[in-house]
Amino acid sequence: MAPIGVLAIQGDFLEHRNMLDSIGIESVEVRLPEQLENIDGLIIPGGESTTIVQLIDIYEMRQPLVEKVRKGLAVWGTCAGMIVIAKHLKDKRPNPLGLMDIEVSRNAFGRQIDSFETNLDINGMDGPPMHAIFIRAPLVTEIGNGVEILAEVDQGKPVAVKQNRILATSFHPELTEDPRMHTMFANIAHSMQ
Amino acid sequence: MATEIKPNTGTWTVKSGLAQMLKGGVIMDVVTPDQAKIAEDAGAVAVMALERVPSDIRADGGVARMSDPQMISEIIEAVTIPVMAKARIGHFVEAQILEALGTDYIDESEVLTPADENNHINKHDFSVPFVCGARDLGEALRRIGEGAAMIRTKGEAGSGNIVEAVRHARKVLGQISHIRGMESDELMATARDLKAPYELVKGIHQTGALPVVNFAAGGISTPADAALMMQIGVDGVFVGSGIFKSETPQIMANAIVKATTHYKDPEMLASVSKGLGASMPGIDVRTLPESEQFATRGW
Repeated sequence: MAPIGVLAIQGDFLEHRNMLDSIGIESVEVRLPEQLENIDGLIIPGGESTTIVQLIDIYEMRQPLVEKVRKGLAVWGTCAGMIVIAKHLKDKRPNPLGLMDIEVSRNAFGRQIDSFETNLDINGMDGPPMHAIFIRAPLVTEIGNGVEILAEVDQGKPVAVKQNRILATSFHPELTEDPRMHTMFANIAHSMQ
Repeated sequence: MATEIKPNTGTWTVKSGLAQMLKGGVIMDVVTPDQAKIAEDAGAVAVMALERVPSDIRADGGVARMSDPQMISEIIEAVTIPVMAKARIGHFVEAQILEALGTDYIDESEVLTPADENNHINKHDFSVPFVCGARDLGEALRRIGEGAAMIRTKGEAGSGNIVEAVRHARKVLGQISHIRGMESDELMATARDLKAPYELVKGIHQTGALPVVNFAAGGISTPADAALMMQIGVDGVFVGSGIFKSETPQIMANAIVKATTHYKDPEMLASVSKGLGASMPGIDVRTLPESEQFATRGW
């Protein structure tokens, strides 16, 4: 079993690593293209999506990452990470990587004063609802074939989606004490392709 | 499966959480929407909207106040990254106005002329998060006690000189590791000496870290300065006059962003430090009379 990579260009990558550590899963920081080798999955953390995409391009990681995912690398984007992996954005920028067949709207709930916390039921997750923290959060506005909705807020606003070995969440499980989403991703990443 | 939102907005978690998202990033001072776009394109994680950068405030003298709300709104419209703006120390009405404008973070800043020499803003009253400056751990914990969701070491804004930023960051981090190594029964006396809330001192003893994100500010003007602060141990950097007072702002902005991500990689730092043109002119902070030092404002 190879470790899980956490994209460490910018954002709350340390919180993801701490959470993985708490459930006994080995992780490594990924800052450059060659560090994409020998990982079972990649988490793209919360942060500023414009910044993360700019830096992915500056460090020439776009092509190798797209290639890896085509070959089956598992990916999970949280918040900014969801924006980074989307196929389309409602917004003009940034230019996303197109790893998952979803359209995403940035800052869909408003500005920072509208950021909120709530409890979410998540398909395929046992136990009580998950506490979810939404910070200037994005929302999935369209899904393509094969994209499964794991959780919604209100009616018809998807905030957690899955397509094959790719996960995306609008919220930040890494800022809570609840490792269930990390366990779910680690299971996907470590399963045979 | 569908969950009704019961909005729980303006909580401590979402306020301090936004700062978590800014970590490893550069927050740039901008005075126009065009500068804000340059900052965004260079990879800034947020911009600080203000009328004059600190070096101009310093040169102009007089009373420095909150920026024109019209200008702040234009900058909010121009970019999709978070927009911060400054209120005067203790001026809670300026803060109310900035919150009403939809500003994402308020900097209660010593760069502006203080409105209250005794009291800082009660930041718990607001839904919008605040960042505040500090020169030492006591000051940082007092601000957190008042509700600041992010701390930046003060440095000496508009000086182009990193020395004060280094002094303040080392002071805060040194005091944290000192407390970390104490016996529990020393914590109350330490809280007394630091003039800091006891519960927060106890938290530092347990975790060995501030309960909020800590950036460096005040004097960062080169990629090497940014990487220096990151290696000393801060979570990210504010760059004020250093970018748009340099010869080639776009290139400087880009280089400082890269240096902040790859702060531990000397080869990367060497490559981004080439061909930057002239940095902003600096001043020797030791020649500044105390009345002209921004860092001594607030307590």
